Amino acid sequence: MSSAVDPVLVLVLLLNFYVVGTSRLHAVINGVALQGAVLGVLALLVHSGSVLSVLVALATILLKGLLMPMMLRRAMREASIRREVEPFIDYVPSLLAVAVATGASFAFARRLPLAPQHVGSLLVPASLATVGTGFLVLATRRKAITQAAGYVVLENGVFVLGVGLLEAMPFLVEVGVLLDLFVAIFVMGIIIYQVNREFASLDTARLSNLKE
Amino acid sequence: MAYALVLIPVLFAIVAAAIRSDRVRPWVLTAAGAVQGLAVVRALTMPAVAGLEGWLVLDGPGRLVMGLTSALFFACALYAPGYLRQRSDRPNRVFVTCLLLLDAMLMLLAEAHHLGLMWVALEAATLSAAPLLTFNRNQRSLEATWKYLLIGGVGVALALLGSLFLAYSELQAELEPSLLFGVLLEQAPHLSKPWLHAAFVILFIGYGTKMGLAPMHTWKPDAYGEAPGIVGAMLAGGVTNGAFLAIVRFDRICQAAGDGKFAQELMLVMGLLSMGLAGAFMARQRDYKRMLAYSSVEHMGILVVGLGIGGAGVFGSMLHMINNGLTKGVLFLSAANIHRAFGSKNVEDVSGALRRVPASGALFLAGFFAVTGSPPFGPFLSELTIVRAAFAAGRYGVAAAFLVMLAVVFVGMGSAVVSIAQGSPSQHAQSTTFRDELGTVAPIALCLAVVLMLGVWVPPPLERLLGDVAISLGGAR
Repeated sequence: MSSAVDPVLVLVLLLNFYVVGTSRLHAVINGVALQGAVLGVLALLVHSGSVLSVLVALATILLKGLLMPMMLRRAMREASIRREVEPFIDYVPSLLAVAVATGASFAFARRLPLAPQHVGSLLVPASLATVGTGFLVLATRRKAITQAAGYVVLENGVFVLGVGLLEAMPFLVEVGVLLDLFVAIFVMGIIIYQVNREFASLDTARLSNLKE
Repeated sequence: MAYALVLIPVLFAIVAAAIRSDRVRPWVLTAAGAVQGLAVVRALTMPAVAGLEGWLVLDGPGRLVMGLTSALFFACALYAPGYLRQRSDRPNRVFVTCLLLLDAMLMLLAEAHHLGLMWVALEAATLSAAPLLTFNRNQRSLEATWKYLLIGGVGVALALLGSLFLAYSELQAELEPSLLFGVLLEQAPHLSKPWLHAAFVILFIGYGTKMGLAPMHTWKPDAYGEAPGIVGAMLAGGVTNGAFLAIVRFDRICQAAGDGKFAQELMLVMGLLSMGLAGAFMARQRDYKRMLAYSSVEHMGILVVGLGIGGAGVFGSMLHMINNGLTKGVLFLSAANIHRAFGSKNVEDVSGALRRVPASGALFLAGFFAVTGSPPFGPFLSELTIVRAAFAAGRYGVAAAFLVMLAVVFVGMGSAVVSIAQGSPSQHAQSTTFRDELGTVAPIALCLAVVLMLGVWVPPPLERLLGDVAISLGGAR
């Protein structure tokens, strides 16, 4: 495992903050795209360029770094919205929440013993913190597009741990790509079913007919 | 055989997609239900069914889930042509095809003996159910589908994370990494404990979301409320049990690792929480299809409580899975008939169902008594087994809470059901021309007959299978 792994994981963690701290959807999508591309690099670094890791890296950069952001941007254009409005938890408290989640992930990960090849690395805490961030975005934002972007962040978190297990469990990591199908369907739902037209806007807080 | 069980519904799905006529297509479901039923009966009588080098193994719990799913699907398949004729205003190509694909994925889930393959089956089942929820194509069903996919998606993602954790518990212990359940069980005593604990919690939350345990149940009332009755029945009696099967398998790994207590305590807490929340929400629920969804949350709670108690509770839990699955078939399909007859699913708008649609009304009422655990129906027997196991294990607090919540649910659900069934038909009854027919009543009666039979007499082969499963899960007959 290369010594550049930890700096890359720190970048993944920083991007969590970037995605949570902004209201501009463009920025959210860019952050998510960059995070996806960084994960591709991560796969290369962790397994120092084995054939499998090169393939996974290429697929990740293509899928998470280019294709998904493109689809999200298209959905954004179709729905003609630019900004997230009035999230259920405001940006500054959200940032604090991410900070707390990151701290908690580090504290929790210390209790999990690592395999010899991962000792001292940030793989586990970075994975947990990113999953937590994705969940936060998904649960506290109103726009369907931001929720889909939050789902991508959550997925990225799962993928971070998957990268660590790429050699041992290639099957799990490969099928993990299927998670992207959800995102594809979210975006298709936004575009094709015109969640915006049906609900007059892409504000999922208006999806409240089915409340108790 | 292992392949055929999955391929049969897939082939019928292809046929359904190819047929042009909306009137003919529903009969593909009936044919599929019959052929699959025969294949499953054949498989269940075979001593061993396996394939794909151990990736597919039909073990005891898998047999139970597969038998239940195919029975429920058969009832739905008999019901579908009559129902879809009523809904001839809607194209049904996507509906029929996706229902068959969902069924195929449930078959795969039942026999997948590989952590990754099981996960793929769960994800595919989740995705193939989404188009079924949008059948009504209105704003409410779109909203329900969005929530279902988003929450279900998180559940599926967590299930993958938990699988990675479980894999890491092998890697950290420097074992040969394998995701086959057989190997995991053998290696269980050597797995890294901290990782195994974390894996069980995450897997329990992930698969528990798909099962609809509180507090991850919030998709359920929306999805069941907006979906056609057939879909409600297949979700409440099929998908949820598939996810429960996964939890049963993880519980078994924990037990083999000597950590059964940890898993059991977690299941008791979550199970009782689900029962309590379901009871609270059910009491003020004015939409009878949503009410059924909370009933499903309650019964998922009962299943994990039984597993958490251990001993004969495991036997009760397995029997209850079958009882609840079939009773949900009765309730969702008869509720669909009442919905069609009154054109409303609001309790206030619907009264006198017993006069407006006598057969469906009576079946709905009987289904209510069955699902709330009244004798002589099957759920009474299985719930009694779980309560007795709780007393036998000295868990008096759990037993008391369990009984109180059953009573709360009975009262909460009872007032709504009685006002639907009794009285003179409300004005809404004139708004439709729906009548009870053989095709939309007989399949429900069939399910109810089996539920009734299981309350009086459990067939010896089933009892043997349930006993074997209970013992393999560390329980007792």
